[in-house]
Amino acid sequence: MRIALFATCLADTLYPEAAKATVRLLERLGHEVVFPFEQTCCGQMHINTGYQRDALPLVKRYVSVFDPFDVIVAPSGSCVGSIRHQHATVAANLGEAGLAARAHDVGSRTYELSELLVDVLEVEDVGAYYPHTVTYHPTCHSLRMTRVGDKPLRLLRQVRGLTLVELPLAEQCCGFGGTFALKNAETSSAMLADKMTNIVSTGAEVCTAGDASCLMHIGGGLQRKDAGVTTVHLAEILAATS
Amino acid sequence: MNSKDLILGRVRAALRDAPGPVEVPRDYRRSFPAADLEVLVDRLVDYKAEVHRIGEDAIAATVGGLVGGAVVVPEGLPLSWRPQGALVDDNLTPDRIAGAAAVLTGAAVAVAETGTIVLDASPDQGRRIISLLPDVHFVVLRAAQVVASVPEAVARLDPTRPLTWISGPSATSDIELNRVEGVHGPRHLHVLLLDS
Amino acid sequence: MTTFLGMPATAPRGVGNLRGDETFPAAAHHALADDQLRRNLRHATTTIRGKSGRVIAELPDWQELRSAGSALKAFVMANLDSLLEQLEARVTAAGGVVHWAADANEANAIVLDLIRRTGSERVIKVKSMATQEIGLNEALEAGGIQPIETDLAELIVQLGNDKPSHILVPAIHRNRAEIREIFLKSMPGVDPDLTDDPPVLAAAARKYLRETFLSTTVAVSGANFGIAETGTLAVVESEGNGRMCLTLPDTLITVMGIEKVVPSWPDLEVFLQLLPRASTGERMNPYTTMWTGVTPGDGPQNFHLVLLDNGRSAVLADPAGRAALHCIRCSACLNVCPVYERTGGHAYGSVYPGPIGAVLSPQLTGVADNASLPYASSLCGACFDACPVKIDIPSMLVHLRNKVSHPAAERAAMRAAAYTMDHPKLYARAQRAAKLARIAGRRGRGLPPPFSGWTASRDLPEVPQQTFRDWWASR
Repeated sequence: MRIALFATCLADTLYPEAAKATVRLLERLGHEVVFPFEQTCCGQMHINTGYQRDALPLVKRYVSVFDPFDVIVAPSGSCVGSIRHQHATVAANLGEAGLAARAHDVGSRTYELSELLVDVLEVEDVGAYYPHTVTYHPTCHSLRMTRVGDKPLRLLRQVRGLTLVELPLAEQCCGFGGTFALKNAETSSAMLADKMTNIVSTGAEVCTAGDASCLMHIGGGLQRKDAGVTTVHLAEILAATS
Repeated sequence: MNSKDLILGRVRAALRDAPGPVEVPRDYRRSFPAADLEVLVDRLVDYKAEVHRIGEDAIAATVGGLVGGAVVVPEGLPLSWRPQGALVDDNLTPDRIAGAAAVLTGAAVAVAETGTIVLDASPDQGRRIISLLPDVHFVVLRAAQVVASVPEAVARLDPTRPLTWISGPSATSDIELNRVEGVHGPRHLHVLLLDS
Repeated sequence: MTTFLGMPATAPRGVGNLRGDETFPAAAHHALADDQLRRNLRHATTTIRGKSGRVIAELPDWQELRSAGSALKAFVMANLDSLLEQLEARVTAAGGVVHWAADANEANAIVLDLIRRTGSERVIKVKSMATQEIGLNEALEAGGIQPIETDLAELIVQLGNDKPSHILVPAIHRNRAEIREIFLKSMPGVDPDLTDDPPVLAAAARKYLRETFLSTTVAVSGANFGIAETGTLAVVESEGNGRMCLTLPDTLITVMGIEKVVPSWPDLEVFLQLLPRASTGERMNPYTTMWTGVTPGDGPQNFHLVLLDNGRSAVLADPAGRAALHCIRCSACLNVCPVYERTGGHAYGSVYPGPIGAVLSPQLTGVADNASLPYASSLCGACFDACPVKIDIPSMLVHLRNKVSHPAAERAAMRAAAYTMDHPKLYARAQRAAKLARIAGRRGRGLPPPFSGWTASRDLPEVPQQTFRDWWASR
C-alpha cells in the first residue's frame, strides 16, 4: 500500500525518531511510504489557542498537500484528531464551504498510526522486539477525540520481550494541553505531578504514548525529577527489532 | 416596553439563524417487561429503606408494631389499614403532624429500576405535608402499582396533581460526597409491599 | 416588528456572581497551594466518579438517553419563545403568577417586592443556581430580608461566610472536620459536643432548621424543569429541605432561567433518568417535587414564577455556543475535570465553575469579562464524554478562545509562527535555527516567560542533530 506520511511539525523538528520509526515500521511491513515535502503543521496550536484565522492557511496547506493520497498516516492521535474534527469546522467558520468539504474528506483518509495498523492494514503483530517493562499513557486526544480505543495496547501486547504494566488513572490528562501548559503552567504542573507519580508507581522503565507532545511534557517532567523512567513514542517500540 | 416583550424579542433576535427543526431520537428503552418486585426491593434496601412483604390484612398490625405514638393517616386511607389510634388528617396543624410518630399513606406508582415511590396526593395519600414532617413514613404499595421503569411511571402520572417522588429516606451527599441518610425529610422509610 | 423589541444582552456588571476578582491562573495559584483543598477535592470527585460510573453502567440505553436529552434541549432552544409563552399560559391558568426578569437587577427587585408584600422578614431557600447567579441573597439582605439557605452544603457555605465551589455540592471544598468547626462557630444552639461524623452533622442541621421551616411563610426556590405543556415545575433534591420549602410556606417564589423549560410532560422520562445518575451517582435522587400552579388545600397558596434572562439570550444568539444552555446542572463535568480537581471551583470566579462554567460564564457576561476562563482547560475531553446531554464543551472552549482579545505579543508570535508554517522553506530554516539557538541553557531553565512556566517543572527536549525532513532528504 502507498501511504503518505504526515510527520507532524513536532516530530519533524524535535522528535524525528518517532517519524523515522513510522517509516521503518511501515516499510518493514511491505508498504511504500511517501513524504510530501510541502507539509508543515496541522495548525492545531493556532486553532486551540483561538487563532483560527491564522490556522486557515495551514488547513488549506494540509488539504492540498494530502488530497492526492488515499491513505495518510500521522504518528499523533492529537494531530489526527485536529485534522479529522477541527479542519472542516475552521474552514466552515471562515466561510470556506468548499474547503470544509475537502477537509472532511481528507480527514476521513487520515489515520493515527495504531488505527492504520489495526484497522486498515489489519495487523496487530508487527514483528517487534522490545525487551523492556513499558506502561502506556493513552493521551486524551487519542482516547477521546481520535478514539483509537485499545488499538495501541493490542499492538503492544504482541511485541516480543515487552512487559506491559497498567498505568493507574491512565485516562487522566497529563496536563499538557498545548498552550495550556504555558497559560496555566501551575495547574498543568500539578496535573503532571500526579501523572508522574502514577507512572513511577508502575515500576516501568519506559512510558509510551502515541503523541510526541504529551511525551515531551511527561518526559520533560520525568527528566527534571531524574525519575529513571524514559519516554518513548509508540512508533519507536513497534519499529524496534533488536 | 415590558420585560416579557423585551425577553421574547431578544430570544427571537437570538434565533435569527433559524435553527432547523429538531428531531428527537426516541430509541432509548420505551417498552419494558413486567416489573420485577425483587429489583424494587433490592433498590429500596440499597437506599436503607425497610421493606415488609405482607398481606393487606397485616398493615395495621405491622405499623402498630413498629411505632408507639400517633400515626397520621390521610382521610381517604382504607379503614382496615389504619393502626390503633390513627390520627386522621382533617386539616391538622403542622405542629401536630410534626409531633406524630409516623405517617401511613398509599402511593400512586413505584419504579422498580430506581426504587422510587411516587405520591400524587390522592385521597389515600393526602396532603404533601403529612408525609413530610413525621420522622417515619410507612407507604403501602400494591404489586400492580409497580412498574419497571421511569418512562412507564411518567406515563401513569397526572402532572397537574402535586407529585412527590421518593427514593428512600431523606439523604444528603453534601459531606465529602458520601451519602448519609436522614436530614430534613423522614429519616425512616418503611415500604409495605402487598404481593398479590 | 419584533426586531425592535430588543437585542440579546449579556448579564449586567455590578450585580450577581458571574465574575471573579482575578484571572483563572491567578486564582488557581492560591488554590494549588492549599494541600487540604486538593485532598478534599480529590477524595470527593473520586468518590462521585466511582458511584456515577456504576449506576450509569446499569442502563443499557445510556447513550440513547443522552442523545434524546441533547436533542430535546436543542428543540427547546430552537423554540424557546413559543415554549416560554406556553409555560406562562399554563402556570397562569393553574393559579400561578408569572414574572419576567430581563436581568439580575430586575429579578432581585421582583423577588424583594413579592416578599415585602407578604410582610415576612425572612425567607427559606432551596439551593438554586439561578438565585446564586443573580446575587439574590445579597439583594435581600440589603433590602432587610433575611435569606436562610436550607440545603446542607449551602448552609455550610452561608454559615462559613464562604462561597460555593461546586454546582451540586457547594461545600465540596470542605471536609467533615472543617464542617464541624463551622457549625460549632456559627450555628445557633449547636451541641458543643458535636462530632465530625457525617450523620451527626446532618442531624445538627436538621435540628437547627426544623423550627425555621415551620415558622417561615415565604420560600424561594429554583427549578430544574418547567414543563411548557402543563405548567408543571420540578425541583430535584435529596435532603427534604426542598420539600419543606415547596410545601410548608404560604408563598413560593421560584426563579427559573428561561432555558430550563421542557416541551412536554413525557420528556421528563429522559431527564429523570439522566440527571441523578450523572449528578449524585444515584439511580434516583431521594426527593423530587413537582407542582402545577396552586393546589387548593395542599402546599403554598401563592405561587410566583420569575423567568430570568440575565444573559441567556446572548448565549442563545451564538449558534456555536448556545448548547451551553442545554446544561441540566448535574456537575458531572466538574467531577471528571482534571483542572477542576486541582484548582477547585473558586478559581473560576463564577457560581458556574468547572468545564461548563468555563463556557457558560463567559457567554453570560461577554467573553471580555471572563477572558481567562475559556483557557482554563487542557481540552482533554473528559467533560464531553461525561455530559448527560452531550454538550461538546471542548469545541465550545475552542470557539470562545477565538472571541477573546489576545495579548499583542502572543498575537504577533502566533502570526509569525503561522506564516512560517505556511512557507515550507522558511519553516525548514527555522527548524535548523532551533538547533543553534541554545539560548535556553542546559535543560532550558533560563527561558523568559511564558516559557519559564514550562521550565519551572519540566525540562525542554534536546534539539536533535537532524530534523526528520533532512533525514528523509538524505536517504
